[in-house]
Amino acid sequence: MNWFITDNSAPSAELARIPELSYAEFYAQLCAELENPACHLGELFAMREQESRLRIFALLLDDTTSQVKICSYVYPYYCEDELPSIAARHPQAHPFEREISELYGIRFSDSPWDKPLRYPARRAVQGNTIDNYPFYKMEGESLHEVNVGPIHAGIIEPGAFRFICHGEKVLHLEIALGFQHRGVEEEFLRTDNRLRQTLLAESIAGDTAVAHATAFAAAIEKLSDCPPDPHSNLDRERAVALELERMAMHIADTGALCMDIGYQLGQVACEALRTMTINTTQIWCGNRFGKGLIRPFGSHYHIDQEMIRTIRSNVAEIKRRYNEVRENLKDTPSVLARFEQCGEVSLSQMTRIGGVGVAAKASGLCRDVRWSHPWGEYLRIGHRPIVKRQGDIMARLTTRCREVLQSAEYIDDLLSAMTHDERPTPAPRFDTRLAPLSLAFSLVEGWRGEICHCAVTDRQGALACYKVKDPSMHNWLALALAVRGAGISDFPINNKSFNLSYCGHDL
Amino acid sequence: MDTLSYMVQALFNTAVVVAVALLLPGVINRTRAILAGRKGVTMYQHLNNVHLLLRKGAVYSSTTTFLFRAVPAVYLGATLTALLFVPVGNLRPLLSFEGDVVMFAYLFALGRLAIVLAAMDTGSSFEGMGASREALYGALVEPAMFLVFATLALITGYTSFADIFGLCRGVESQMIVVLLLVCYVVVRVITVEAGRIPVDDPRTHLELTMIHEVMVLDYCGIDLGMIQIAGWLKTAAFAVIAADVMAYALWYNIALVLLAALGVGVFIGIVESLQARNKLSRNTTYILTIVALAMVVFFVAYLLQHDIDIQ
Repeated sequence: MNWFITDNSAPSAELARIPELSYAEFYAQLCAELENPACHLGELFAMREQESRLRIFALLLDDTTSQVKICSYVYPYYCEDELPSIAARHPQAHPFEREISELYGIRFSDSPWDKPLRYPARRAVQGNTIDNYPFYKMEGESLHEVNVGPIHAGIIEPGAFRFICHGEKVLHLEIALGFQHRGVEEEFLRTDNRLRQTLLAESIAGDTAVAHATAFAAAIEKLSDCPPDPHSNLDRERAVALELERMAMHIADTGALCMDIGYQLGQVACEALRTMTINTTQIWCGNRFGKGLIRPFGSHYHIDQEMIRTIRSNVAEIKRRYNEVRENLKDTPSVLARFEQCGEVSLSQMTRIGGVGVAAKASGLCRDVRWSHPWGEYLRIGHRPIVKRQGDIMARLTTRCREVLQSAEYIDDLLSAMTHDERPTPAPRFDTRLAPLSLAFSLVEGWRGEICHCAVTDRQGALACYKVKDPSMHNWLALALAVRGAGISDFPINNKSFNLSYCGHDL
Repeated sequence: MDTLSYMVQALFNTAVVVAVALLLPGVINRTRAILAGRKGVTMYQHLNNVHLLLRKGAVYSSTTTFLFRAVPAVYLGATLTALLFVPVGNLRPLLSFEGDVVMFAYLFALGRLAIVLAAMDTGSSFEGMGASREALYGALVEPAMFLVFATLALITGYTSFADIFGLCRGVESQMIVVLLLVCYVVVRVITVEAGRIPVDDPRTHLELTMIHEVMVLDYCGIDLGMIQIAGWLKTAAFAVIAADVMAYALWYNIALVLLAALGVGVFIGIVESLQARNKLSRNTTYILTIVALAMVVFFVAYLLQHDIDIQ
């Protein structure tokens, strides 16, 4: 086995130290490692190193040892050989392989379904457009197709859902995404201005601004030669922001789930609490979604004693009231009748598709970077993930509910741990030099799940490649599996119970 | 009674029912708002909304035919006609004849048929699903309606609403329970007929879960306004009948009937605030339970009416 072994708090790795294998070796060792259910693919991406050379990196996350294993293979840019597909043996590789194949025209011979991922502007086959995509079809007198989207009737993002139904029963759901593609990853390379890049990271997915910005800041800090001041409260502040974002989004999702089943009581209670949570973030940094809060090497919004008191009292109040909502939901028969035994995804399905985050934890698959690959303050906290087994909507809801309470405890703990005798949090720095020819990655557990940012630098120390992975990349397939065999009218609550990101996937 | 005073009474009766129809949505919304801890919109906001719709023209999809355009009028017309049979307490309604309860039920069935056809006419897969659901639930709830009417006819000996509530005076005390149960069944039928929680959610934005709302997705402007008015009238017709039955069991008074009819709105508002919607596949069970209850009520009334002793 030939890996470069590192972890989530180690500094960047020089490209030369990452083993360069032949595809046969790469394929063999990756497939072998993926047999272990504790390992999953964190990232698999290609970059054009030179004019005629593609280098493909794989990041394998081992949950038991907290290791991150990296290896790579080189593929001549103009080569047209077909490669055996990893996705054929391990379906969790499918979004990554589809992306590589879409961008660089590499063909995987036995790929289960080489469907375009997001139609980027510089895709290999320009003739494939989002408008002429042939949806999967089933023939039959008694079957009918229902097409939902891509234009949403309400205010959320675009995505096309094609149902093949037998009466009310869904036989197959196909999800086609890519309508929200903005070319985020290329935008990172288009500017050297670190502040602009930070703003870009915050805008990858508007509801996950803090987590993506944290991932970006961490990747940049790992690439820079000067580490952030270890005596400041910076890590604690970032963790507080991340947990506040988690609380706000989980509460909002609880409310949205109640709304979709017409349960007004739960809906209005959660809406009020969510406002309280995001307003707490706003008091702190002036933006309800935490934009502007996370910056590399420092922060403009130092938490002082006054702020600690405000956040602590707000969070305690939110926790108390949310707990009442949680108890009420668990005790309301009409709510349980909707959520229980609906949209089940089994543990084996979740493991095979490489699910992450809340959805994985609800199906009994413990995937939480705060626990498996801790960084910063999470090394001290010793996070214990909340894992359910049922894999239905109720399990996804209760996982969220419990995580809100847990996050509230963490925030309290983090605020207590803040040291006050020292200098305030340093100001951010946007001028640091990056190490040349290196690869840095950062794993952050956003509220949806594992976020992975990878940055690779060139000879001059400028970004040569920036890869973003939102947890939605893994989990969209879980939604399709959840509604298979369910009533089509249960699709909206299933969709809401995953609450996946369109722009996070489409980038 | 001379013709003039008869006409005056009948018009007054119709005015009261229409007033209930106009007030009920406001009562429901206000109840929901209070229970949600909100101030809520004004009691007549829905009137403003529909007033706005009525001033607008309509846009028609190119796949639809004349059927689609004719349906709002048919739907509103059928509902309005059904409304004319409904008495408030012992006031005489505008229309009545022997057996008009059957006419009443089938006028609503006509309205339903029209709107289902219009939904199919659009050729949209959403509306087709809505139509199939509406047709199924409409067919399932019909026995409950007829059992209710049969129970009333059995107790009073008349088969027209005007006579059932207008001519018969006093009811034996053991029938009071039966009548209250009839009232309950009628209120439950409203949730199906008017598409309220737990059967349907009139406020949802999720097309895949809708029943009534999805069938009218392609309507806008004046057509949508007419369909909404028909919805109010339909709710009011049933609410007034429920109130009539209750007043019949307790104490005859027009003010009481009016209050009870608005009380139906409060009841719907409370249910919508504190209960989640059924899973769609559970709706059939829910409706069949209403039918079963109606059947029990009918047989109990039959046994009591004929003093049959079950040993």
